[in-house]
Amino acid sequence: MSPLSALIRRDIRIALRVGGGALIGVLFFLTVVVLMPFAVGPDLALLSRLGPAILWLGALLASLLTLDRLFMADHEDGSLDLITMSRTPLELACAAKALAHWLAAGLPLIVATPVLGLLLNLDMVATGAVTLTLLAGTPALTFTGMIGAALAVTLHRGGLLMAVLVLPLSIPVLIFGVAASQAAISGPLSFGAPFSILCALSLVSLVIGPFAAAASLRHGLD
Amino acid sequence: MSLIDLANPTRFLALSARVLPWLAAATIILLTIGLYQSVTAPDDYQQGATVKIMFIHVPNAWLSMFVWGVMSIASLGTLVWRHPLADVAAKAAAPIGAAFTFLALLTGSLWGRPMWGTYWEWDARLTSVLILFLMYLGLMALWRAVDDPSRAARAAAVLTLVGAINLPIIKFSVDWWNTLHQPASVMRMGGSTLDKAFLIPLLVMAVAFTLLFVTLHIAAMRNEILRRRVRSLQMMQASQKAA
Repeated sequence: MSPLSALIRRDIRIALRVGGGALIGVLFFLTVVVLMPFAVGPDLALLSRLGPAILWLGALLASLLTLDRLFMADHEDGSLDLITMSRTPLELACAAKALAHWLAAGLPLIVATPVLGLLLNLDMVATGAVTLTLLAGTPALTFTGMIGAALAVTLHRGGLLMAVLVLPLSIPVLIFGVAASQAAISGPLSFGAPFSILCALSLVSLVIGPFAAAASLRHGLD
Repeated sequence: MSLIDLANPTRFLALSARVLPWLAAATIILLTIGLYQSVTAPDDYQQGATVKIMFIHVPNAWLSMFVWGVMSIASLGTLVWRHPLADVAAKAAAPIGAAFTFLALLTGSLWGRPMWGTYWEWDARLTSVLILFLMYLGLMALWRAVDDPSRAARAAAVLTLVGAINLPIIKFSVDWWNTLHQPASVMRMGGSTLDKAFLIPLLVMAVAFTLLFVTLHIAAMRNEILRRRVRSLQMMQASQKAA
């Protein structure tokens, strides 16, 4: 078994067991969506219009919530030092960790989306559009968020700071995610244009995220 | 005289002390000329006197991006060449850049009210500049979150370089998204569309604001170097007392 696949399997296993708490993200997602009808009122027509935005915001906040575990737990028990010193390039290790995090924390959010869409009175097309945009967009959230997580772990007390640093970077993902879902539901514009920008954002973050995270880990941990 | 000579903070302090009065004088002269030209510039046939907000707004907006560019180069200096003054430059620039960005947003909103009928519009250019402002604030928070300056410098340098992606987004936002903000008219292919009566004061103001930034930046860098010296002296004193 190669070191990278071992790392991915280890991270997923930790995340799914008690203490890792990747599924807490889904619970948080559910809570955010349930809070919305209390805030805007139980008007089903209004909720179905706001639905894509609510689901995107919930997924964004839920993935932010789980991100600080990405490096923090490994830093506390010392395994991050081992990963840094191993012969596997740190960039690849960061990418593997982010992939594992997305599989364990991001994918459950996408699976939960159709169920939560029912609560918000979304029809089939809208649910499909939101799920598809989340599938394309959440990797960007994870891989840009990883930069913030790496910065936060080198600062020791970065929890709240991480949110401040990461959220501006995730605004473009949010814009195009919601724009694509709205376009699929009602919009005069086509679904393809914002959706391909969303895919491009994900691909760019796949490249930039591991390098930036590895750089900040390497400079911060000495 | 090269960048390496400036790596010595003492030499930088000596040199900047000599340069700073001239820079400040040049800034004041150019700002006076620019402001005079702005006030006496003719009213626009459509916008009337409010067009004069442009002479403040555009330089601020230009500086908000230029300062992040300077910080990105300084961050490269920190991470790649390990230039000792690079992180001082990056740290000193952040609050100044945040101030320019805030002024650009403020003057833009004051200009938007009579022209567009609204103080704020969620348009691509406005939103991306607001994100830039948020990133300046986050960067300043990052600088303050760490006690050790060199450690904070490297974390901030990574974030600065990542945030530099926002610059082309801001620059081209008016071309990519057809929204309320007017498209580029000064720096564009095929020359400026601006009339000379507006273009000349605008360029004078842009140069004056850039000089203002350079002056403030060098002064802030001197403060930062002296602040670090005081800090290390205090730490030496504390360790002597403890011994």
